[in-house]
Amino acid sequence: MITKRIIPCLDVKDGRVVKGTNFTGLADVSSPVELARYYSENGADELVFYDITASVEDRKIFTGILTETMRQVFIPVTVGGGINTVADFDRVLKCGADKVSVNSGAINRPELVEEAAKLYGSQCVVLSADVKRCGNVYRVFAKGGRVDTGLEAIEWIRRCVGSGAGEVVVNSIDTDGVKKGFDISLLKAVCDAVSVPVIASGGAGKASDFIDLFREVPSVDAGLAASVFHFGEVNIRELKKLMSDAGIPARL
Amino acid sequence: MTAIIDYGVGNLFSLTSSLRAIGADSVVTADPETIHEADRLILPGVGAFGDASLKLRETGLGDTVKKEALGGKPLLGICLGMQLLFETGYEFGVHPGLGLLKGSVRPISEVIPEGLKIPHIGWNSLRFIKESPVTRYVSEGDYVYFVHSYHATECEESLAAVTEYGAELAAVVSLGSVFGCQFHPEKSGDVGLSILKAFVETKR
Repeated sequence: MITKRIIPCLDVKDGRVVKGTNFTGLADVSSPVELARYYSENGADELVFYDITASVEDRKIFTGILTETMRQVFIPVTVGGGINTVADFDRVLKCGADKVSVNSGAINRPELVEEAAKLYGSQCVVLSADVKRCGNVYRVFAKGGRVDTGLEAIEWIRRCVGSGAGEVVVNSIDTDGVKKGFDISLLKAVCDAVSVPVIASGGAGKASDFIDLFREVPSVDAGLAASVFHFGEVNIRELKKLMSDAGIPARL
Repeated sequence: MTAIIDYGVGNLFSLTSSLRAIGADSVVTADPETIHEADRLILPGVGAFGDASLKLRETGLGDTVKKEALGGKPLLGICLGMQLLFETGYEFGVHPGLGLLKGSVRPISEVIPEGLKIPHIGWNSLRFIKESPVTRYVSEGDYVYFVHSYHATECEESLAAVTEYGAELAAVVSLGSVFGCQFHPEKSGDVGLSILKAFVETKR
């Protein structure tokens, strides 16, 4: 039986892993290569590497670290951050990444999704959306969750999947960093709207938050988190055991 | 020495890295002489059956690989590379495979119930149908990583392991010295590495 995936996210800046709390207040955690290897040997089903850099120089450091990681890690890896063109896809895929996630790059130029899907296949293209509830609607935010794009989130996600995105990461700005559980209603709405895998992000504070996620939104495919894993608040092996005990298929 | 056939399909970085991690020598090559001298061959592949089939024919590499395999040289096809071992692929048209194994490659949508997501993507478990040299370090129920929308059907005696995704899908095929994995061993953690290790230990 296919399992629900648990995915640690490594935000990388200046060659180091940082964690984000509501997208501000970054703190150095560890070496990306070491942490990635640790996770792959300790039950993570997949990894996300997120490049939070501004300069071209930093980008070179990131691709170097990614290459070194991919020499040592043999589980699927998705790379995001600073993906604006198919040349950016090419740059990280050459380092051995399996999937590439687009966020602002698709907002600025929606054709990017289709271009990349045609070149590399849908299985390679992940849409990542930072979503916030505004009254009765969900909106897509840009610039690390600071700027309201005015795009209606469910429609935006549906449109990108129609253009070829093969997977969707839904990051709830409302629950991110709060550590009181995933944004169940948002995730239900997204899962109802698309038929590709949906990865839940934002809000995990303890192991039971993942159990609640998979119970309340059975069609969600994966749970993603950063700091709860990095700081050992949730141990992935123990989480997998809990999932299995709760009847949620997990790779032990 | 293991030769990884380079016919312009897919990214071979992780495959070469995983072989290095298990201490196996490998070379990525399109050179018939190097392929002839290699102890065993890996046919990788990502993308569509038709494109890959055409590239194998255009480069002549399909014939080269087939000749070596028929001569008893161990061959492992991975993902699309596994599908290409069969006779025919029905993906955007009808395309010839290498025909080393009996059977054809068809959309999984024909056999899985509606509502299941396509592609079949993620970690799924193996159930053995028969013993194979490449799964000798694998236990029944071990998980491996799949990404595919098509599957090998009517594999007959080559079927060695299946995975359950609304229907039983071919996961490992094995006949003589011809092997194939529908999943990605280079992305399947320790279980995947153990399959590659078992393969590089095979001899003609």
